[in-house]
Amino acid sequence: MTVEPTIRVQEASFDLAGETAALSAGRTDVGGIASFVGLCRADDGLQALILEHYPGMTERAIAGIAAQAAARWPLTGCTVIHRVGRILPGEGIVLVLAASRHRTAALEACAFLIDWLKTGAPFWKREEFADGAERWVASRQEDEARAKGWG
Amino acid sequence: MRVLYFAWLRQRAGIGEEEVSPPAEVTDVGGLMRWLAARSAGHASAFADPAQVRCAVNQEFCGPDHPVSAGDEVAFFPPVTGG
Repeated sequence: MTVEPTIRVQEASFDLAGETAALSAGRTDVGGIASFVGLCRADDGLQALILEHYPGMTERAIAGIAAQAAARWPLTGCTVIHRVGRILPGEGIVLVLAASRHRTAALEACAFLIDWLKTGAPFWKREEFADGAERWVASRQEDEARAKGWG
Repeated sequence: MRVLYFAWLRQRAGIGEEEVSPPAEVTDVGGLMRWLAARSAGHASAFADPAQVRCAVNQEFCGPDHPVSAGDEVAFFPPVTGG
């Protein structure tokens, strides 16, 4: 089955309910939709996250990851929306949806997509704190290991 | 050749993008990094720890052995932290 993934890189916030509804609108073959929403935490007095990306390559990298998911699981659709720019604590950063006839494919594909987004797409997070300090988020070995764990 | 810098490499290099014409001896990403590092103190700082630098040639991730040539778009950045 050919799946045309929805991929957007945008500054605006996203609508989980609306995006979820879109994956089953006008069809009756979708048995389940798994979702992951990544949110901005206010750890250590964080005031904002600034998300930078590599325009052009970002969309291409996400499309490649989505194509791998679609090749591996029988998806009826998938959606990846990643925000860039300034994001405040409590706001969404990333939305991943995977739809399929059955739950296992949807849940596994959703986990695969977010694991690979963490390590395989060119985004960088900078943290801004209340005292004016800022720092670039360091990559985590365990994220790398999780993505590689999918084989 | 178009060279792009992202995140702290951009901050340290003091530039986000530049057109360069490296000499013929520069044939791969590793060689390009060494040549770029000599352009300014900022560039030297950006490339001071090569283990923390990742690269893409023509928007595909690649390692230091990947060939580069005129007309390529080469990007340098830290390990990615999206999601």
